[in-house]
Amino acid sequence: MAKHHISTTINGEPVEFLCSTEQTMLDVLRDELHLTGTKEGCATGDCGACSITVDGRLVCSCLMLGVEAEGHSVETIEGMADGDQLHPLQQKFLEYAALQCGICTPGFLIASKALLERNPDPTEEEARYWLAGNLCRCTGYDKIIRAVLDTAADMRGAS
Amino acid sequence: MAPDGTPALKVVGTRPIRPDGVDKVTGRAQFGADFQLPGQLVGKVLRSPHAHARIRSIDISKAEAVPGVKAVMTAADMPEITSEEAFVGEGPADFKDMSGNTMARDKALYDGHAVAAVAATSAAAADAALAAIVVDYEVLPHVIEVEDAMVEGAPILHDDMFTSGVDPKPTKPSNVAKRMVFQLGDVDAAFEKADIVIERKYKTAPVHQGYIEPHACVAQYAADGQVQIYCSSQGQFMVRAYVAKLLGIDISEIRVTPLEIGGGFGGKTLVYLEPLAVVLSRKSGRPVKMAMTREEVFRGSGPTSGGTVWVKIGAKRDGTIIAGDAVLKFQAGAYAGSPVGPGCMTAFAVYDLQDVRITGYDVVTNRPKVAAYRAPGAPISNFGIESAVDELARELGMDPVELRLKNAAKKGTKAAYGPTFGDIGCVETLEAVKNHPNYQASLGPNQGRGVASGFWFNIGGESSATVNINEDGTAVVATGNPDIGGSRASMAMMAAEVLGIEVERVRPIVADTSSVGYCFLTGGSRVTFATGMAVVEASKSVVNELKARAAKIWDIPVEAVEWQDGEAVPAGSNAGDFEPLSLEDIAAKSGRTGGPIASTSSLNAQGAGPGFGTHVVDVEVDRETGHVKVLRYLATQDAGRAIHPSYVEGQIQGGAVQGIGWALNEEYIYDDKGRLENPGFLDYRIPVASDLPMIDTVVVEVPNPRHPYGARGVGEVPIVPPMAAMANAIQDAIGIRLTELPMSPPKVRKAVDEQAAAEE
Repeated sequence: MAKHHISTTINGEPVEFLCSTEQTMLDVLRDELHLTGTKEGCATGDCGACSITVDGRLVCSCLMLGVEAEGHSVETIEGMADGDQLHPLQQKFLEYAALQCGICTPGFLIASKALLERNPDPTEEEARYWLAGNLCRCTGYDKIIRAVLDTAADMRGAS
Repeated sequence: MAPDGTPALKVVGTRPIRPDGVDKVTGRAQFGADFQLPGQLVGKVLRSPHAHARIRSIDISKAEAVPGVKAVMTAADMPEITSEEAFVGEGPADFKDMSGNTMARDKALYDGHAVAAVAATSAAAADAALAAIVVDYEVLPHVIEVEDAMVEGAPILHDDMFTSGVDPKPTKPSNVAKRMVFQLGDVDAAFEKADIVIERKYKTAPVHQGYIEPHACVAQYAADGQVQIYCSSQGQFMVRAYVAKLLGIDISEIRVTPLEIGGGFGGKTLVYLEPLAVVLSRKSGRPVKMAMTREEVFRGSGPTSGGTVWVKIGAKRDGTIIAGDAVLKFQAGAYAGSPVGPGCMTAFAVYDLQDVRITGYDVVTNRPKVAAYRAPGAPISNFGIESAVDELARELGMDPVELRLKNAAKKGTKAAYGPTFGDIGCVETLEAVKNHPNYQASLGPNQGRGVASGFWFNIGGESSATVNINEDGTAVVATGNPDIGGSRASMAMMAAEVLGIEVERVRPIVADTSSVGYCFLTGGSRVTFATGMAVVEASKSVVNELKARAAKIWDIPVEAVEWQDGEAVPAGSNAGDFEPLSLEDIAAKSGRTGGPIASTSSLNAQGAGPGFGTHVVDVEVDRETGHVKVLRYLATQDAGRAIHPSYVEGQIQGGAVQGIGWALNEEYIYDDKGRLENPGFLDYRIPVASDLPMIDTVVVEVPNPRHPYGARGVGEVPIVPPMAAMANAIQDAIGIRLTELPMSPPKVRKAVDEQAAAEE
């Protein structure tokens, strides 16, 4: 079957791609566009490693079809830093050692950014529930939660 | 200077940002599935739907005819391997079994066992080819549970397996691969003198390591026979050795490039896909990329054992434990080699006992062959022993920390498995618990507190490191151990400490198998200890060379040069005669003083310091739902010396939380046909952020005298105590002793209902 021609915006840049009907957005990002910062941990929406935002909404890219990106604005981990200027969450994850192997980290950063955009002052419990869809097997979440809460405090102070 | 007279450390013990950090927060780091080669094919595996079946025949002709399919393989494309022991880091294995586990030959031994593989130009073509392979199975009776596999008349997995370690030698095949006994003193006589005896049987479920990154690799077999493999694993040299052995290829023909590893915890100390990808590449003439789905990870890669633990302990009225006896039965999965050995050896290791005996059985069942999982075997035996010790404390009316302090292993204690302990920190971890506010926090209704201690050996082993000084006075440190949790940071820090420069001026890399000397795999909590030692040695010889170059420049004897804070300084009678020469100065002049400055160290590190930890957890049990909420968690551990304290804390926190998952939720669920019913993260539930509180840590430091900075391995100890600590806390909360893992809501609820019925 002929492939679909999709026009979309990824990390602020206009992007066109061809994809087959059954290809997920995760497959398109990784296999067609070579944006491999978005990870596959399960392909069933359970682990959050493939988290992206679409028009600002947090989604698992493994549960979205590539064709659904038509006309929308997608943000991935590759667009989070501004050139060599890390996003405050990225910087804080490093300072807090909030990653060990690093495979879940892009998904956690995308999800955490979406949290702080909605709720600049989350409680620990709110952060834990918002991030409950992102699995990390290395850290026990302690340093991740601390990094997110401390980033929120810094960003409130800066604004 | 530190109080003990040794020079104060400037880098070790600080918390710099890890050198690979920016790559990992920006998505730039390349993990196993992120790598690709031009023209690569997609490789996929056909897996047995049966728990136990004879493979009568496999017809691949239709699959080969599918458009886009470039290669189809079965076990017939791999050499038959004779039995030969393969040491895989933390447990024994056999190359013949490893080959059979990679691709079933005559029998499929578990649901998910690989039986064929294909390579095609697209995933869709590969899927179509898998569907077109015809396997003629003769389904055989199967056995899942360890004790069922041990009874007379159980379905036998291997006709040629006769139990070793029993006298007389058995004449009939058995699922029991091995029986082993570790003992010290006279246990039966010691029990005669006991005032109190606790005896009970416990059971644990098999659990998966649950790394978030599925196994993945790319392999290329070139026309000249040279093999390139790019993969994430716990050891590129391990992959090289195993692929060479399983496929009959010379080591010299294989180069393995390590990609970033997205978690392993022991589960990536083996090969699954790599040999298949190499065969498919050889048959197709194209590079082949293979990646497991999450379902394949659960069905086809190794979890750790489930097992039963029978425990008997005897004590005097004053709390002195005088006798310990245990029988461990571990299921190994489809091939021999459960971690029952280390399960036995660690069983009573936190206690100073004269009379102790541990008997272990290694038992095959129709499940995926187990792989190492963080302190392999120890968490299973520890769950039984530390639950029983808690029961003893209750019987005696003693505080569980005081009881452990009274009996704790210390310097001079002879362990049941042989060695006499040197400098260890078991007592220190218990004292740290006693002095922590968590241990005094007040508890409400249905809340309880549980304590458990744990032990892991830690290992050293073969490691290599190369230190190169760049022309600008920076350094590159190359080692051969995949960085699974921040080890690049500790390698750079130890090199910076010796060289006397800022850690940012040291660039650590994880090199491929052709670019650095041999390193045993990342496992056994060995890298910071053993590979760190190689880094320190190589850095020291670089410093010696730097001093020699300075001596040459100054034209004074090398003995008259000292290295201080990254500078050569004239000393002795020449003190003050010359301006100090910095590392940059010497590096800039290296071309004129003898050429590039570099050094390599290869060693076999001995003296890994044993690790001890004590955990305390507070829980609240919901009697209505059976849900157990973790209120507070404290883990104390002896790290010897924390090179980078944040990553030491991280190891402790992560290990503790894996243990909480093991305690409360994780298990393999099989249907009556032996098929795994929960091969996904929805139904195999690992802990999520909302399940947990912060994990408090106290790192105590009893230096390991055998490491230049006193480091001990830290990665494995923290998964040992949590299961018993949780069971002990539940007992404290609701007065019910749970003896089976996981202590999931249905089980807790059932126990509460039974308690209520009994009280009526």
